[in-house]
Amino acid sequence: MPGLFIDVKVTDKAAKDSAVVAKLAEVCPVDIFEQEDSGALRIVEANLDECVLCDLCISAAPSNSVEIVKLYE
Amino acid sequence: MRFYEYESKALFARHGLPLGHSGVADSAVHAREIAHQIGRPVVLKSQVLSGGRMKAGAVKFADTPDEAAQIYDEIFPIIVGGQKARSILVEEKSPIAQEYYVGVTWDGRRKLPVLIFSDMGGIDIEDAAEQHPDHVSKTHFSTILPVSPRIAKEAISATGVTGGALNKLTPIVSKLIDIFLEYDLTLAEINPLVRLEDGRFVVLDGHVDMEAEARDQHKKLLDELGIGPEETRQARPPTDFEIRGAEVDASDHRGVAGNVVEFDGDLGLIIGAGGGSLTLFDAVRSHGGKPANYCEIGGNPSVNKTCELTKLVLSKPGVEKIAVMMNVVSNTRVDIVARGVIKGCIEAGKDPSETIAIFRIPGAWEEEGFKILAKHKVDYCDRSVSMYDAAGRAVAKMKSA
Repeated sequence: MPGLFIDVKVTDKAAKDSAVVAKLAEVCPVDIFEQEDSGALRIVEANLDECVLCDLCISAAPSNSVEIVKLYE
Repeated sequence: MRFYEYESKALFARHGLPLGHSGVADSAVHAREIAHQIGRPVVLKSQVLSGGRMKAGAVKFADTPDEAAQIYDEIFPIIVGGQKARSILVEEKSPIAQEYYVGVTWDGRRKLPVLIFSDMGGIDIEDAAEQHPDHVSKTHFSTILPVSPRIAKEAISATGVTGGALNKLTPIVSKLIDIFLEYDLTLAEINPLVRLEDGRFVVLDGHVDMEAEARDQHKKLLDELGIGPEETRQARPPTDFEIRGAEVDASDHRGVAGNVVEFDGDLGLIIGAGGGSLTLFDAVRSHGGKPANYCEIGGNPSVNKTCELTKLVLSKPGVEKIAVMMNVVSNTRVDIVARGVIKGCIEAGKDPSETIAIFRIPGAWEEEGFKILAKHKVDYCDRSVSMYDAAGRAVAKMKSA
């Protein structure tokens, strides 16, 4: 189930970069990002609305590769 | 969380407070055995978490073991303050020369613990303080500085007690202070503490209350005293609604969304913040509203936790609206709570704009929170509207619905 308040967009390039994905999974305080066995990114939809807008994911990933979308704006 | 008298005394015994010979009986045969072992006249006391045992006839004396067994059968069925007896404490009867009162509790106004001592024990301490103020001392002490026996000595001597009695009472009172602090108690009381005719001092009756939130910290003690986690020690057993509220709080470590208490009204409450819950609950009632529940949220509960609490409150029959109100918050985010309650309404199949009578949580991240509320057309207000007035707006909506 997608988030009611928050959506996260990650570029295909970043989502397939296992080093970036590992970093995203490490920094997110509410576990929105998970790394699958293949190394690819999985967005945990159940946790999207827990996003605290800390921007740690944006800082951890290459510039413009992660976007946090506030669905209420 | 109140302890039974026999549990309080078990705690006192661990710290060397002087107690009479006693045993806890769970049958008339057992009461006879204990009285026989004591070998002297005994007193039988119903073990309930309520005062007024003597007036209810649930404390009686027996001169022989057979009489103890007979009295067990007489007093065990007596309901005291709406409570059934858990067991009967059989204790040696003490020849009393003088009674004293000792209590340690918290002074909410001074924000310090206070030792209360009187050389007129055995009666209601409030009455003694009113009628004989020179016989009651109140001594505040620090929880930061080391507690010395001098505090106890000064409190006792302030009531005119001197000499050998002062010297014998001081370590007893001092130990009670230690017990109060060590176990996070909200009350440690001995009433009466007595001087026997032979000059010895004995704790005749006493009870302690432990801060409910300190239970986990003192689990070992509670286990050893046989107090299980399922024993809430509240005035009544928890309702299913309250049990589910506790489950919501326990399901997620983030923040608090608990202390749910069920009431019979129709306005659901999601309330909290530094005494805000009590203030807001009273404000709703002051405006003529009927709360469906009490609860406390704070410490930045997660969206999921707030959502689940909201769904729980809305699951109560007759509850069509909720009021979401807190004092000004600094360690709880307005936007996170806003997301939680709106999500809770939607998952409960209700329209947040119709269901949330008022959202009044000003403070951290309020601009973000207000955007969310506006998007979902929820009526909200900032800190320029007092908690009292916000409660009034919620009650007015209930009355006009």
